[in-house]
Amino acid sequence: MKKWFDKESLKQISLYEKGVSHMKTSTVGSLQKLGKERLKDLLYQMILIRNFEEAVEKQFMQGKIHGTMHLCIGQEPTAVGACAVLTNEDKITSTHRGHGHCIAKGSEVKYMMAELLGKETGYCKGKGGSMHIADLEIGNIGANGIVAGGLPLGCGAALTSKKKDLGFVVVCFFGDGATNEGAFHESVNIASAWKLPVIFFCENNQYGMSSSIKEMTNIENLADRASSYGIPGVTIDGTDVIAVMEETQKALDRAKNGEGPTLIEAKTYRWRGHSKSDARKYRTRDEEHDWMTNRDGIKLFKERLLNEGIITSEEIVEVEEKVKKVLDEAIEFAENSPEPSLSSLEEDVFA
Amino acid sequence: MREITYAEAINEVMCQEIEANEDVFILGEDIGIYGGAFGLTRGMIEKLGPEKVLNTPISEQAITGVAIGAALMGMRPILELQFSDFVTVAMDQIVNQAAKIRYMYGGKGKVPIVIRTPGGSGAGFAAQHSQSLEAWMAHIPGLKVVQPSTAYDAKGLFRAALEDDNPVIFYEHKLLYGMKDDVPEESYVIPLGKADIKREGKDVTVVATSIMVHRALQAAEELEKEGISVEVIDPRTLVPLDIETIVESVKKTGRAVVVYEAVQRGGYGAEIASVINEGEAFDYLDAPVVRLGGKAVPIPYNPTLEKKAVPQVEDIINAIKSTVVTYA
Repeated sequence: MKKWFDKESLKQISLYEKGVSHMKTSTVGSLQKLGKERLKDLLYQMILIRNFEEAVEKQFMQGKIHGTMHLCIGQEPTAVGACAVLTNEDKITSTHRGHGHCIAKGSEVKYMMAELLGKETGYCKGKGGSMHIADLEIGNIGANGIVAGGLPLGCGAALTSKKKDLGFVVVCFFGDGATNEGAFHESVNIASAWKLPVIFFCENNQYGMSSSIKEMTNIENLADRASSYGIPGVTIDGTDVIAVMEETQKALDRAKNGEGPTLIEAKTYRWRGHSKSDARKYRTRDEEHDWMTNRDGIKLFKERLLNEGIITSEEIVEVEEKVKKVLDEAIEFAENSPEPSLSSLEEDVFA
Repeated sequence: MREITYAEAINEVMCQEIEANEDVFILGEDIGIYGGAFGLTRGMIEKLGPEKVLNTPISEQAITGVAIGAALMGMRPILELQFSDFVTVAMDQIVNQAAKIRYMYGGKGKVPIVIRTPGGSGAGFAAQHSQSLEAWMAHIPGLKVVQPSTAYDAKGLFRAALEDDNPVIFYEHKLLYGMKDDVPEESYVIPLGKADIKREGKDVTVVATSIMVHRALQAAEELEKEGISVEVIDPRTLVPLDIETIVESVKKTGRAVVVYEAVQRGGYGAEIASVINEGEAFDYLDAPVVRLGGKAVPIPYNPTLEKKAVPQVEDIINAIKSTVVTYA
């Protein structure tokens, strides 16, 4: 595969001056092993996430979305690659930037869009919004508005799997900022001490809201934190969906074998600001441009599929058209859905 | 009937419920061989094993979240928080996660956990181990709050809390642990939201919680000698609150004193006083409702000062007299 971190581009981008050589990328020949249909599905999922987010942004600009949203454009390979190795029995916990995780885990975009528009047909009956989408039936324990809030919950789900011998594994997604929360350290420690079937998946998108992780910690790779808890830690290229799959699979096997958790750090980038009102003064347009043009996980994956002769340009267009159709239907469904009834205000406070 | 202590009653009901339901287990700090900071889990790990009695690291956020996450997956965990002051450390998981998950998810999932935790002063533990923060919990939609005052109530309310499908904060009191009561051996339920009239009277209603129930009963005995008949009501659960029993009592007596150990300002007693003032009991009041809570100070170490910080029997007598005598 084309290595995006060649020496020349590193000169301009200070982020990866060190540590790059440790970063895992996908292995040669890995595409053939997966087979065409699976690869096409990975591409479909990633394009669906990106286009969903773009549609959400558009809806927001049109004033149809109340409150805020946190878009994961640029981070599609991490959600898709990690969830691609999971079954419906496996669980995930997600974050405030969680739309991609939901889609990758198998949630339907029409109910997600309805939730974002605050409609009764949404995943949370319009009462949760963007930051609280959960879909327990397919193992999405929920997005979370509290940074690192989902990690302890994920450990509890994993404890249940272990206690009752249910065989499922929990992937806890979180950002780089979460690794400075106490809940992160407490959770990784307890999961390691109890050998819980958890995968701690850090999407290091370089910024916790406005703060560069380089200024907030004094270590190069967040995965290094694993060693202090006695578990493996691996830093991977988060723009390489296959590398994400491969490393998640290793962590999954380890968890299923009763060997305990793994910390995966995937280096990635959020193309948009933190939320709706972010002028992005804390980073340069050059840096953004570099990621968007040279490190776009979807573009790189398409090129790789084409170069290896696995898929044709026409087939990519077909995938894109399928995504468009699904999203058009989702928007129509959401817009035509009813508002929640006023009586629902006081429902579901207690079970 | 046999007499056992409040601590023994809770230990007994935990063992009975863990043995009866494979989804029930307890987790907490030092609850294994040590038997818990106050001995509540003494003998449990030997009897039930380490799978059912899970000794945890000192990580209140993580262990609270573990209990919640397990509950979401169908378990019914009991979490022992070693001192109720430590809710401050576990607050995100209790308030932002446990209490809200079901509502935020549009009615999906449930969080049946019981967080058992000792509150209150009087044991010499000073400011960070003696607080009564139950009003914080009662303020949060989605949490239930239980505060038993006797061994009998503790056993029955605990089972109700454990059978409830919602997060329940179960406030024990350090000074009550050694107090004995008649307690049946077999398991039984006292439903949440049912107050108990601990003593009947006709001149004034005292609504008291936890250790204050016993001090109010002592005050009532003293005042009986002076011809003042005091009714003592223990709400037993703050959320849900049995408003009807309180209101009916005040309609009968025409006077109300609300006694609680927590800092008076912003405490749950203010809620009870408002419930009396806002409802149909108002027309029956012959005097303003009196609140008697703790002083607005951190709990001090010195035993004399510590007693002075929260209502004692004498303070309750004076508060009752202020309403009965002043508004005779």
